[in-house]
Amino acid sequence: MERSENIIEVKNLVKKFGDFVANDNLSFSVKKGEIFGFLGANGAGKTTAIRILCGLSFPTSGELNVAGFNAYTQREQIKRNIGYMSQKFSLYDDLTIVENIRFYAGIYGINSKIIESRTNELLKTLGFEDIRNRLIRDVPLGWKQKLAFSVAVFHKPSIVFLDEPTGGVDPVTRRQFWEMINETSQSGITIFVTTHYMDEAEYCDRVSIMVDGKIAALDTPQNLKKIYNVGDMNGVFLTLARGGK
Amino acid sequence: MPEVIVNSINKSYGALKALKDISFQVEKSEIFGIIGPDGAGKSSLFRILVSLLLPDSGTVSLSGFDVVQKYKEVRKIVGYMPGRFSLYQDLSVEENLKFYATVFGTDIQENYDLIRDIYIQIEPFKKRLAGKLSGGMKQKLALSCALIHRPQVLVLDEPTTGVDAVSRVEFWDLLHKIRNEGITIIVSTPYMDEAARCDRVALMQKGEFMGINSPSEIHKSFKKILYELIPDESAYKLLMSLRNEKWCENAWLFGQSVHLTINSTKEEDEFLLYAKTNKISVRRITAGIEDTFMELMKNS
Repeated sequence: MERSENIIEVKNLVKKFGDFVANDNLSFSVKKGEIFGFLGANGAGKTTAIRILCGLSFPTSGELNVAGFNAYTQREQIKRNIGYMSQKFSLYDDLTIVENIRFYAGIYGINSKIIESRTNELLKTLGFEDIRNRLIRDVPLGWKQKLAFSVAVFHKPSIVFLDEPTGGVDPVTRRQFWEMINETSQSGITIFVTTHYMDEAEYCDRVSIMVDGKIAALDTPQNLKKIYNVGDMNGVFLTLARGGK
Repeated sequence: MPEVIVNSINKSYGALKALKDISFQVEKSEIFGIIGPDGAGKSSLFRILVSLLLPDSGTVSLSGFDVVQKYKEVRKIVGYMPGRFSLYQDLSVEENLKFYATVFGTDIQENYDLIRDIYIQIEPFKKRLAGKLSGGMKQKLALSCALIHRPQVLVLDEPTTGVDAVSRVEFWDLLHKIRNEGITIIVSTPYMDEAARCDRVALMQKGEFMGINSPSEIHKSFKKILYELIPDESAYKLLMSLRNEKWCENAWLFGQSVHLTINSTKEEDEFLLYAKTNKISVRRITAGIEDTFMELMKNS
């Protein structure tokens, strides 16, 4: 694999909090346009690693390159070139759909003309033209999640980080959400996603599984199932994570 | 007599009908699961069951006690774990447990055997403030507190939300042990795979029960022929291609396969020819809980 095709390169990443090693010598790379699943049990160290990759926290040691920028010296550039969405916090309840889009797009410094045209385009795609001025608190959860994702990629970032994006939504919305993810990855945006739904791990091009601060496995879902000789990703996860503490 | 009897419960918040004519019964020592997405009305229903919210109409009884008229008795026999962590963050693990035991006029020793398996895992941290615990440990402490007075009915509102797959399996193992002590459990979850761990499940959407059945029978609500298609390459590409076919009724991604229903059995030949031409392996399958849920959603 050519180096230039990797949008994320991590080599020997270590993050310590006092004596506690949250990330224990992680090395991996993510290709441009890939859907990369980042799995692990609660407390395995996923959030710590994601915060570092997003430029929100310094690594203790190791080499990291995210979207072409250095994770020690170019954290602001990293932030500008990524998108982020989590289930817990995504949109402002007391702003309307259009106001939320404007707010986030404004933060990324997109000019108003482009915001306006792209907003109209987006509302049309999502079928939200009639409810553009509705407050987010009055929008059903499933629609909100789709909008939150669209807002996270509105500034056309190189990578979008999705932290449990589908928690609590119905099975139809969950699948529509993954169709949006697929479509987005085909436009060249890299998807870095965490989830507790093991069937969703099957939708990823490659999956890494963290156990006790280390990457215990990293491969395509097909290969992982073959290696661990199980029928689905749930089996892979249970086999690996049970080996942890 | 059933341990829990729910009769035509309705609840509205202004114009929003949160619960529409909900009725069901739960037998003693049964694990009854309520499965549905956020906003389905699960928490409103649970708050009514434990006497914390008044229904607009309808009745609920727990062990023969009406939750409105006899709420004091109800509160003695029910253990409730709300969806949001609601123990005292500024008390230690041990202090929280002691507090809940005292409120119910008991002590930790009296029912220790019931919580031992759970509590033993958090006991090493018993001096730690509850607010400083990890998610999994908070959940175990909350369950211990809900059980400390040996309730007859245990009501758990999304105890596994945001919990990883391994911890979820362990949590359900615990619930089975508690059930075997003669305790009736009503539990909600957004994870459909957990339905298999319940004795009976209700599928809930928009304030309504779409169906109640045992996990092994729930697929009977799915009336159509369901096909599983496994492509050589991308399931997403196959999905997009299928949706352009006129015989395609519903197609959804399921891991690396696509689940499909067609408009009419008359079109099966046409569909099978398509599959053969495109080298896609096809087999008929029994609908799973998610297939069933999605089908019922369409009709509700």
